[in-house]
Amino acid sequence: MSAVAKPMNNDAILKVEHLSMRFGGLMAINDLSFEVRRGEITALIGPNGAGKTTVFNCITGFYKPTMGMISMHQEGGKSFYLERMADFEVTRDAKVARTFQNIRLFSGLTLLENLLVAQHNALMKASGYTVLGLLGFKSYKDASKEATEKARYWLEKASLIDRADDPAGDLPYGAQRRLEIARAMCTGPELLCLDEPAAGLNPRESQELNKLLRSIRADNGTSLLLIEHDMSVVMEISDHVVVLEYGQKISDGDPAHVKNDPRVIAAYLGVDDDEVETVRHEVEEGAN
Amino acid sequence: MEYFIQQLINGLTLGSIYGLIAIGYTMVYGIIGMINFAHGDIFMLGGFAGLIVYLLIMTVFGGAPIAVALLCMLVVAMVVTSLWNWSIERVAYRPLRGSFRLAPLITAIGVSIALSNFIQVSQGPRNKPIPQMVNSVYTIEGISVSLKQILIVIITVVLLASFWYIVEKTPLGRAQRATEQDRKMAALLGIDVDRTISITFVMGAALAAVAGTMFLMYYGVIVFTDGFVPGVKAFTAAVLGGIGSLPGAVIGGLLIGLIESLWSAYFTIAYKDVATFAILAFVLIFKPSGLLGRPEVEKV
Amino acid sequence: MATVTNPSAASTGSLTAKALREATFTAVMTFLMFALFIGLKTDQNMRNELILVPRWGMLAILVVIAFVGRFAMVAWLQPWRTASKAAKSAAPTVDEDAGFVKRNFSKLAILALVLYPPIILWIFGVQGSLKYIDNFGIQILIYVMLAWGLNIVVGLAGLLDLGYVAFYAVGAYSYALLSINFGFSFWILLPLAGILSAFWGIILGFPVLRLKGDYLAIVTLAFGEIIRLVLINWQDVTKGTFGISGIPKITLFGIPFDASPNGFAKMFHLAPSSAYYKVFLFYLILLLCLLTAFVTIRLRRLPIGRAWEALREDEIACRSLGINTVTTKLTAFAIGAMFGGFAGSFFAARQGFVSPESFVFLESAVILSMVVLGGMGSLTGIAIAAIAMVGGTELLREMDFLKHVFGPDFTPELYRMLIFGLAMVFMMLVRPRGFVGTREPTAFLFERKAVSGAFTKEGHG
Repeated sequence: MSAVAKPMNNDAILKVEHLSMRFGGLMAINDLSFEVRRGEITALIGPNGAGKTTVFNCITGFYKPTMGMISMHQEGGKSFYLERMADFEVTRDAKVARTFQNIRLFSGLTLLENLLVAQHNALMKASGYTVLGLLGFKSYKDASKEATEKARYWLEKASLIDRADDPAGDLPYGAQRRLEIARAMCTGPELLCLDEPAAGLNPRESQELNKLLRSIRADNGTSLLLIEHDMSVVMEISDHVVVLEYGQKISDGDPAHVKNDPRVIAAYLGVDDDEVETVRHEVEEGAN
Repeated sequence: MEYFIQQLINGLTLGSIYGLIAIGYTMVYGIIGMINFAHGDIFMLGGFAGLIVYLLIMTVFGGAPIAVALLCMLVVAMVVTSLWNWSIERVAYRPLRGSFRLAPLITAIGVSIALSNFIQVSQGPRNKPIPQMVNSVYTIEGISVSLKQILIVIITVVLLASFWYIVEKTPLGRAQRATEQDRKMAALLGIDVDRTISITFVMGAALAAVAGTMFLMYYGVIVFTDGFVPGVKAFTAAVLGGIGSLPGAVIGGLLIGLIESLWSAYFTIAYKDVATFAILAFVLIFKPSGLLGRPEVEKV
Repeated sequence: MATVTNPSAASTGSLTAKALREATFTAVMTFLMFALFIGLKTDQNMRNELILVPRWGMLAILVVIAFVGRFAMVAWLQPWRTASKAAKSAAPTVDEDAGFVKRNFSKLAILALVLYPPIILWIFGVQGSLKYIDNFGIQILIYVMLAWGLNIVVGLAGLLDLGYVAFYAVGAYSYALLSINFGFSFWILLPLAGILSAFWGIILGFPVLRLKGDYLAIVTLAFGEIIRLVLINWQDVTKGTFGISGIPKITLFGIPFDASPNGFAKMFHLAPSSAYYKVFLFYLILLLCLLTAFVTIRLRRLPIGRAWEALREDEIACRSLGINTVTTKLTAFAIGAMFGGFAGSFFAARQGFVSPESFVFLESAVILSMVVLGGMGSLTGIAIAAIAMVGGTELLREMDFLKHVFGPDFTPELYRMLIFGLAMVFMMLVRPRGFVGTREPTAFLFERKAVSGAFTKEGHG
């Protein structure tokens, strides 16, 4: 760490320290440590079965890690140890939202309703935990209007506003991906975790997604952590890349650094360990 | 001690009957993921088939050797009940396969109501008592074992062994297990899924018919409402053993039978069904996959 | 399809052959299936021994019906249906404007129900009205209320509850015991019974929250049976199978419905009749139903109601959005149970008698069928299902004219539940998603569009 003070908004928002996760005899994640810095887009990449989704599930409380610490540091200075929290508390209190690899929308609910469900906790408070809302108090009506406006904002941002009153299950695939992101954003997160947001998208949809993700960071100040396979997406939008293989971190740095890391190349091309040196040599030659 | 062993024997007899019914539940649930609510009534239907065959033998031939009579009862009951379950699956369940999950459940409840009331209408609402068919009792050191108990246990063991053989060792069983794992893939690999499911219903019904006939022989009486309670208990047994698992169903059945007879012997007979249901609830809450079932992993 | 719409001689011939083949198969199956059960009847002789009475004629009739029926279906009905379906898909779909009746359906229905007792009184007179107000009116409305209550648990939250009748029982016994032993009035006990049932809903709900799908169904069934068995066996308090009788009637804010000088009839100078009490009960249960509907509609637009529906669609997604699914499920259980409790205390007050007989599993199954047959989540559909199922079976009681057709021994009532069961199967086959298969959104930005049933899920809990 250099003596030059870093700008305040560039400190770590999420710290994963010595994270391990064991399923029976399988060590899915082994002593993994990395940081997500505030205001950045961090990508978590790695070959299939490297344990990326498991890391996500540990961060968002769906799995309890076997060992290690995951801490979330909010803008206001509050910190949370995510591994100690239930999944819904991670979103509600620590303000970490997520999407899923296989999209999980409320397919029978309309787009608008999907976004309103995401604002459950705020609305719940406004409805006096149902009692005041049931009696028709005005406070709930106001809150409800506000929530609808917020939903409208996100629908516009995700270019879904035309379909606002259609069921979510009726949307094409790419739009479903964007809706899921918009829904996660409606919970008001400081960190948004995206599990393969570009999977299955065509190039045009991919571009739209990149635009949406960039604007989320720029306009809403939300930090992003994403798992991605599509290297063009990763290289284009991420500030920081963490590479996983067999549950261990093999590289960590900015996209250019990672791209040239022989271990990463080896992992992706599938060369044996003893060939790593050759690859490194080739890479260096190529660079010169 | 003698009393305890006596109760143990009674429990095992009862448990064998539950186990035989439970297999029908477990196989159907395993293969199409449906609680076949009508299965208890299929069991009752089997009992009635046995009863009518018995009376037929009595009136037409004026009686027959016990072994012959019992064999006739079992075979006819198995065939008739299988036909019923085959037709029910064909007419009431198959069209709903792959639709809304609750639809087949509601249809099954409808079939259950229809079956028990069909028997009420066609055979009358009264208890149907028959004289003791088998009444030898052997007493060994103060413990009495009746021939019917021995028969029930032997028939159960023989049937289980043969069904286990079918499911584990024959192409039919392989088709069943494949259909259970992934219906679409099985169909793609050339398995006739409809036929496999039909056969599963037929097998379940045949076992239930045996259970029904033995129930009639054991208690000497049957009535049209007899499907419900044994049905629910057998389902409990299937769940207790781990639904989808054949040995689990048998173990679950035996356990339920033992719990029932021991509870009645040492506590109050009044609350024996409460005990059964409470145990079901406990098992499900603390080990939802049952004793031998595979635990379900939540996929995120 | 062309061969069907424009039949050539050859295809007609093969169709007939096919129909004959299938009809023969069906007839043989029918014979084998029914030979024992219809062909022979077990009966008791003078010495109380079982004997067999042959009924071969009836069996023959049945087999012939099966043959003819199947033949007609294959040869005529199926081609006709494919043809009409093809014609329908070929014709352009006409957007029909929702008519006046359709738009104001619920208002008109409420109006009709409010006017129902006076109209019945006017047509059938004071004594003649009893049957229509009590057996049809009150009976159906109790089921409507129960089904609407269960709808919160099954239809909205997607939690399959097969033991709902337990909460009905808790409500009924709460009223029966507290009013007899402590003399509390109905108006105090109604909310109390609701609270007690809700409390039981939470107690029973808590351990089963982790369970999914059919496991949940079977544990709720077990709990329902446990409560019934306790009611049977805890004889010191519940009097067991004898039941509790002499449960006090409801008073109209202190005015009793009896022949006493300050009773309702005397007060309004009417001839004493139990019909007035029934009319009063009718309006009371109607009010309770409307309350249930009102609360359900309101709740759906509140975050809790949306969370229930979201839970039905995808529980994991709910948790990822910060929703505490445990409390969400528990509130669904509690509120559903509360309405069951209300209905139960009303039931006890109306009957003046409760026994465990009224709370068997069949009742739970029937109520659940109403919810599913009506269309999960749709109040209108569920009410229609309740009217069809309860009203239909009550109508079967009335079919005395059938005696003239089948002879004096024929008791149509016996066939009531048989027909009921078959109708349940038939309805489910025709409309697997219930009468009303669409879902009404709870909020909209531009226009309210019903969501097709193809998108809604039925829950896994």
